[in-house]
This record gives sequence, C-alpha cells and structure tokens, in this order.
Amino acid sequence: MTDNLLEVRDLRLDIVSGGVSHNVVDNVSFSIGRGEAYGLVGESGCGKSITALSIIGLLRKPLAVTGGTLNFNGRDLRGLSKGELRRLRGEKIAMIFQEPMTALNPLSPVGRQIAEMFVLHKGATWKEAERLAIEALGNVQVPAPEERVKAYPHQMSGGMRQRVMIAIALACNPDLLIADEPTTALDVTVQAEILKLVKELCAARGTSVLMISHDLGVIANMCNRVGIMYAGRLVEERPVADLFLHPAHPYTGGLLKSLPQLGSRRLEGRKRLQEIEGTVPSIANFPPGCRFQPRCHRATPVCSAEIPPLSALSHDGFVKCFNHER
Amino acid sequence: MSDNNEPLVRVDNLSVHFPVRNGLFGRTKRTLRAVNELSLTLNKGECLSVVGESGCGKSTLALSILGLQEPTAGEIFFEGRSITGKAQPTRLERAGMAQMVFQDPYASLNPRQTIYTSLAAPLKLHGVKDRAEINRRIESMMQLVGLKPEQARRFPHEFSGGQRQRIGIARALILNPKVVVLDEPVSALDVSIRAQIINLLLELKERLDLSYIMISHDLSVVEHMSDRVAVMYFGQIVETGSWDRVFTDPQHPYTRRLIGAILDPVTELTGQSPVDTRETPEPPAGYDYYPREFGKHDVYSLPPASQLVALREDHSVRLIARG
Repeated sequence: MTDNLLEVRDLRLDIVSGGVSHNVVDNVSFSIGRGEAYGLVGESGCGKSITALSIIGLLRKPLAVTGGTLNFNGRDLRGLSKGELRRLRGEKIAMIFQEPMTALNPLSPVGRQIAEMFVLHKGATWKEAERLAIEALGNVQVPAPEERVKAYPHQMSGGMRQRVMIAIALACNPDLLIADEPTTALDVTVQAEILKLVKELCAARGTSVLMISHDLGVIANMCNRVGIMYAGRLVEERPVADLFLHPAHPYTGGLLKSLPQLGSRRLEGRKRLQEIEGTVPSIANFPPGCRFQPRCHRATPVCSAEIPPLSALSHDGFVKCFNHER
Repeated sequence: MSDNNEPLVRVDNLSVHFPVRNGLFGRTKRTLRAVNELSLTLNKGECLSVVGESGCGKSTLALSILGLQEPTAGEIFFEGRSITGKAQPTRLERAGMAQMVFQDPYASLNPRQTIYTSLAAPLKLHGVKDRAEINRRIESMMQLVGLKPEQARRFPHEFSGGQRQRIGIARALILNPKVVVLDEPVSALDVSIRAQIINLLLELKERLDLSYIMISHDLSVVEHMSDRVAVMYFGQIVETGSWDRVFTDPQHPYTRRLIGAILDPVTELTGQSPVDTRETPEPPAGYDYYPREFGKHDVYSLPPASQLVALREDHSVRLIARG
C-alpha cells in the first residue's frame, strides 16, 4: 500500500456514440501524495478536464471510463455507487471551476450555498450552518462576511465569486481539491490573490491539490509536480523545477520556447518566437504512434510506427518520447 | 497628405460617459465614466499597447477610435483630420482607416458564409466591382496570412482556432487600413498556436507598414510586441512610455502591481524577477502618484484633478498635487 491519496492507473476515456468510439484519454497514470499539489497542463481538448471529471464521477455520456483504475484513499472510485460518490464529492473531493458565475446558483444567496455543505455533509442545522458559512467566508478573506452571506452571486465581482467557490469547496475540509483553470477568467492582480489564497488554505489544512491549467506560470507558482498532457496522453511528468528549466519532451520544450518570456527582449532584443508548426490534432483523427510526431522537429521514422514507451528520468520523472532531451 | 509631425492617430481629451438608470422604474440616473479626459497618440509604424484590467475602459477607447462609440467629449484625429463630431467621415470612409482583429475569431466570423464571402463583402461595399480583382485580392490576402487560397471556399467551422485568427486578420486587412486595433489577439488561442499568430502580426506590420493599437492584459505578449505602452486604470492613463521604460523602470504603483502579478514560469522558479516591483520609487517633490489605492474606485464620480507628468523623454506618470 502506498501513501498516495489518489492513484490513477492506465485511465482510458472514450467517446462512444452511435457504435463509433473515439479515444480521448489514453493510458494516463499519475498519483498525488498527501498535501501535494499536482499540476496537469495541456491545451484545450487534450483531455485534462475530463480526466479530472472522471475522478469525481461527473463524466456524462457520450464520455465513459473504458479502462484503468481510480484509487482514492485506498478505495476504488469506479466501484462506488452513485450515492457513495455523491457523499464523497464535496466532503472528500471538492472541485472549483473556471467560471464561478456559471458554477454558483444565481437564485440563492451565497451564504446559503456555503451553508448547504455543512447541512448535507456534516448534518448541521441550518442555523449552525449559517454561522459556519460566515466563518468560511471570512476564511477566504471576503470583507464583512456577516453582510456578504446575504449577497447573490451577481452582486459580487469575479474575484469575490471565486472566493465563494473556494469557501464552498473547502467547507468540509476535503482531502483533495480539484481546481480546473480557477483563475483563467480573472484579472491578473486578482489571479495572484486567489492563487495565494488557495495555496495558503490548502497548506494549512494539508489538502492535496490537482490543478488543471494551460497557463504554465500558474502551474509553476502552485504545484510541486507537473504532468504534461498532449492529445489525450501524459507525455512528461517531472518535479516542477526540472520540467520548466530542463524540459525533456519536445512538446514541453517547444511550448516553453514559444512563449514570450518577460525580460528577454531587454536582454537579447526581440527575437522571432519559436513556433510549434501545425495544429493540435482532432480527436477523430489522432496520428499513429506518438501523437505529437507530425508537429515534432525531432521526429524519426519510429515515432509514427510505435507509441513511445515511458523513459525514467532523474528525480522521479518520466518522459514518453523516443528522442527526448537527456 | 499628412505632415510629418502629425501622428497617425491623436486622441485628445477623450471622455466617454454612459447614462445608467437605476432604482425603482429607472428613476435614478447616474453617469458611468468609462473614459475620462484621455489623450494619446499613435505614430506611424508603431505598436501601442493599452493594458489594464477589465472595466478600465480600454475596450471603450478602442471602439471610439474605430468610430463605433460616440465620445461624450474630446476629439480623435486621424492623420490630422477630426473623425469625431460634426466633421466625422462616413462609415465607409472610416472602414478604410481602421479595422479590428477580435479576441475570438469564431464569434466574429459569420458561420453561414464561406471565408470568400466574408472577405469579398467589404471589397464590394468599397466599390471593387471586378470579379477578377476581388479574386486576386482575396487570393493574395489568404497567402499573406499563411493560408492556402483554395481554403477560402470553406466555412469558419472547418478551421482550427489559429487558422480562424488568421482569417480574422485577413478580414481586418482586406481593405488596406492604416491602423489595426488588436483586441486580445492571442488570448483565446491554444498556447502552442500563440507564437504563430504573434510572429505573423509582427511580420505583417513590417511588410504592410501597419500601425497597431493592441488591447491586452497579457504583459509578456505586450512586452514582446509593443513599441509604446499605455497603462490604464479606470478610464485614465496612469503611466505611458516606450516599452523598455515602462517594463524596465515602472514608476506608478499600479504598473508595478500589474508587472508584479505576472506569473512567468522561469521567474517563479528561479525567483529572479526581471523587475523589482516591491518598492515604489519616490514621486517628484510636491506630488504623489494617483491613484494610490486600488479596488475602491467609484466609476460614477468625477476623479480628483490629476495630471500625466513627463518624468523624462517618452515616459509619463499620473500624479496628483500633494496637500
């Protein structure tokens, strides 16, 4: 038995509709330790969000888990009934989404939406729960929480709404917080505040975090270990510093080089950004072998013939590439 | 012809206010001040970036320059000619002056029209009647933005996000405008595609002698692309100057706050920020930076009198007299 909180092994997700099936997530394995912040990085459509949804059992048809195991705290999540999953969600695993306005109920005061967590999962009375909600709102640094519990989501700013989401998510002290692009819809200065808040609250409670983002800066700021997903596969996993300072997969390296880096124009003048040629393949026609191979500048014939196996790297990292950086 | 000293675009004391009705039956009327006495200039061949957070008025400013938003007060000049008020040009004339590239190219292209139809419509409106001429211009425009001419027969949904943004750029450039307003041109795109579009925009600027006004909140992209930068906070410019002055030596606390909030992966890990944003430099004697406090701004009331003061050549900050 390992000490990991979450173990995802060989996860496979497919879109099955009308007898046709398309693979969207292929053999994804990763684990998250207790108190660890793990980042899952990838572009839109790479399968990072649905991987997260499969963990909390929120996948909807036509998407389905077609293989692999999801182990949380020693329990097999795939074997749980709907009721068991519902109890787990919110209490042990909580999630915050990109756009708090669509995740919150517009017709209910935010205080009630927080209080609901205590009533549903902790068996508190509404009166008790209301007091706890004020406390929870204070914990996420919403000013004048006694007043703000009565506010409706539309009366709050984007940053305040995301604080409410965090208060709901952390209300029951979950073991795992899944954050799916939690700051993408926010202004930069608000983003910095929200990330700091999530980091501090999770560190204080020992909550593990699964952070999903396409923003490498956010991931570097928040996470200990990072997995890079491309077209449904995990192609590289490393401790955060190794990944960003010495990327091994050509996709990771290309991604880092393609972004303008703050301060580099001053030091080296304006250089043409290094592009990654081509576009992200669509689910309906993934290329054979390595899925990055058609865009890869290091590709060799073997890349389109076979799926690259896992190569171990120092510090518990791995990369799946025949021609990776050493 | 414009004389050499006249900038391409000059915004002079622009104010845009919106009446907002509130209260029971909309009886209380208030004025939302989106842009307050803002002045700026865009020189030929320049990329001027307007940065700021949502609600700061940067999009209202862009719409005014495009002629899509009537200013409450102030004037905008294009090559020395006023384009606001009584003397304003027709919409057709304006379309040849400035065009816009939108953030989400999918939302800005008609899904039921082929790319050809979308690109041909402005040409026809502007009096290009000859079929062969239209075909030739569309063909060369498609090549210019890195697409194949035959792809013009397709519909927007047949393209990827990056290709759609190329089409958005083609649509903006088909009338040969002198100014292109770029509204968050890469923020809706996949990370691995952004470099392609940024490179394309910089190339086109050189090749076609374009001038850009870029609206963005992504400061890494702004630093890479801009010649000059204007930082906006609630309807006013709080700091403006050449890109290197604003990024190397930011003076205003708000600019420093914005730059300090950038999450750059390498900076995060090495802890070496290219700019020390912790301590705000001393303002000139007798003055203080305006504003000093953030997040408490009232968009309905007139801000106190403050001025944009030049600290040195091509670098100004907003100051308020102490006392």
